[in-house]
Amino acid sequence: MSSTSNQSAVYARIRKNPRFSELVSKRQGFATLLSVIVLTIFYGFFMVVAFNPNLIGQRLSEGSYVTVGIAAELFMFIFFWVLTAVYVKRANGEFDAITEEVVRDAAKGVK
Amino acid sequence: MLARLNIALLGLLAPAMSFAGDAISATEKQPLNLHAIGMFVLFVSMTLGITYWAAGRTKSASDFYTAGGGITGFQNGLAIAGDYMSAATLLGLTALVYTKGVDGYIYMIAFFAGWPIILFLMAERLRNLGKFTFADITSYRLNQGKVRTMAAVSSLTVVCFYLVAQMVGAGQLIKLLFGLDYNIALFVVGALMMVYVTFGGMVATTWVQIIKACMLLAGGTLVAVLAMSQFGFSFEKMMGQAVSLHSLGEKLLFPGSLLPDPITALSLGLGLMFGTAGLPHILMRFFTVTNAKEARKSVLYASGFVAYFFNVILLMGFAAIIIVGQNPEFFEGGKIGGKIVGGGNMIAFLSAVAFATILAVVSGLALAGAAAISHDIYARVIRKGKATETEELRVSRFASVGLGLVAIVLGIAFEKMNVAFMVALAFGIAASANFPVLILSMYWKGLTTRGAIAGGYAGLVAAVLLVLFSKSVWVTVLGNAQALFPYDQPALFSMPLAFLVTFIVSKLDNSAEAQAERAAFDDQYVRAQTGFGAAEASSH
Repeated sequence: MSSTSNQSAVYARIRKNPRFSELVSKRQGFATLLSVIVLTIFYGFFMVVAFNPNLIGQRLSEGSYVTVGIAAELFMFIFFWVLTAVYVKRANGEFDAITEEVVRDAAKGVK
Repeated sequence: MLARLNIALLGLLAPAMSFAGDAISATEKQPLNLHAIGMFVLFVSMTLGITYWAAGRTKSASDFYTAGGGITGFQNGLAIAGDYMSAATLLGLTALVYTKGVDGYIYMIAFFAGWPIILFLMAERLRNLGKFTFADITSYRLNQGKVRTMAAVSSLTVVCFYLVAQMVGAGQLIKLLFGLDYNIALFVVGALMMVYVTFGGMVATTWVQIIKACMLLAGGTLVAVLAMSQFGFSFEKMMGQAVSLHSLGEKLLFPGSLLPDPITALSLGLGLMFGTAGLPHILMRFFTVTNAKEARKSVLYASGFVAYFFNVILLMGFAAIIIVGQNPEFFEGGKIGGKIVGGGNMIAFLSAVAFATILAVVSGLALAGAAAISHDIYARVIRKGKATETEELRVSRFASVGLGLVAIVLGIAFEKMNVAFMVALAFGIAASANFPVLILSMYWKGLTTRGAIAGGYAGLVAAVLLVLFSKSVWVTVLGNAQALFPYDQPALFSMPLAFLVTFIVSKLDNSAEAQAERAAFDDQYVRAQTGFGAAEASSH
């Protein structure tokens, strides 16, 4: 793959491969979904901090110091990290397998 | 046991208070602490040994900037965590929990939540498109000279503010913990940083960060476990005592004075989240791994360590309210830190950790700054890609030394100042100038050079002006009576402005270059998605 024109030819072949469109739409869809989940929860929480700060200090049960705020944040720390693990697992497995296949096919045709 | 724990927590808090700014601003110089200095000498000789080893392996530009691209995901995850948890974040956040309670936890989730977004939207594209600096990506299909100049200007602005904040913190911390003079402390930090970066490049910087991250995680865990053992490992028991002892009382559990109004809260959330995704020294770490797979793993490990450590900080902060706050001998004339004499092995270890933290972060920053000067400005803008690798490397080494000197001089100049605003400013600029152009260059075909330049500079200028006119600079530093801009966090205004300007100017741009730039997006897109044609790891 020494010259740029060779490289461009491979890019063109990859673009034409229906598996490439499948990869992009699947992976982008998955990444967007996870991002929307994180952003919604995070900014939902910040909206509560901004507009209803009293709710943050509300205790979950009488006599306990675990408040809505502390519980919600601990949940976010754990849940967001689990989502990163889910994404890495799928992207490094399923999605990368399609990527390798698409690149191999395209490189084969351009010598 | 309790006494030793007192000292350990105090060791964390005392310097932390100087970051918090409003508690105490100038620390008192302590008598020479030999335990701490011994521990520190051990750390320095270890890292210098690594630098010596790394220097032998730093031959090409790729070795210098990205450790040859051969770092594994796990190593890079630790190094990112080491890079990200700066002294200002670590000590500042512990102090925030100690003084303001749950406000500190809200800051921490905002510092954390950027990481999953970086993974989902950016990690693999960064690795697939970038080589040495993030400007490689923004200028991929745009005008090299103009876009790289802009990226280098905003990178250097971020790096300088962040460096000064770390240096001032370092000076105060060392004066307090080791009993060294402030100016000598700055020279020690600056000199070590220059040695690591100039001789060892990214290899040495990475290992300094990895060692620091391990020390930090181990030290923090140890302190948190010892602290929690005082309360029978009961969160309820600890919180009960903290609330009854703290002057804020129940208010500890509510958002408080750091988040006084909705605009500040939202602006903070936005700035910290997307600022993380625009910090040049963090972005640079994505180019050190073998491929997109490892880039994703880096984020998984890094965010795991960061999330874990932030929760440890929460426990340390609350425990300190009771353990340190209760003990009157630590409050001499309202000042914390008057009573550490000698100290045990624990405080020596924690001092070394804090010091390692600062060294690791300033090294990462200096390397990112040097790369902006040598790779972007010198090699691509001035020499238009015609510089040899040897010439480029020579410039980057001079640049590292230059940045070290600048950091020392500015650190001395800002000694008496509250530098807390500088971290806010660094994140604000990263979120407003770097992030919008970077994300649009990867996702939006319509982006043109004119749009990127206009939007990037608009974000940079807006972020700087808004912080300049805010209370933390206009009133506190410059001594004016009234702030011109009522909020301390610029991102809610400057970041959307950058996006809007980039969008409108790109849309209006119908020049021939703009057409060509849009057409070039398709190939870039395939490379971003598949990694085909991406920079590869060098062969050793």
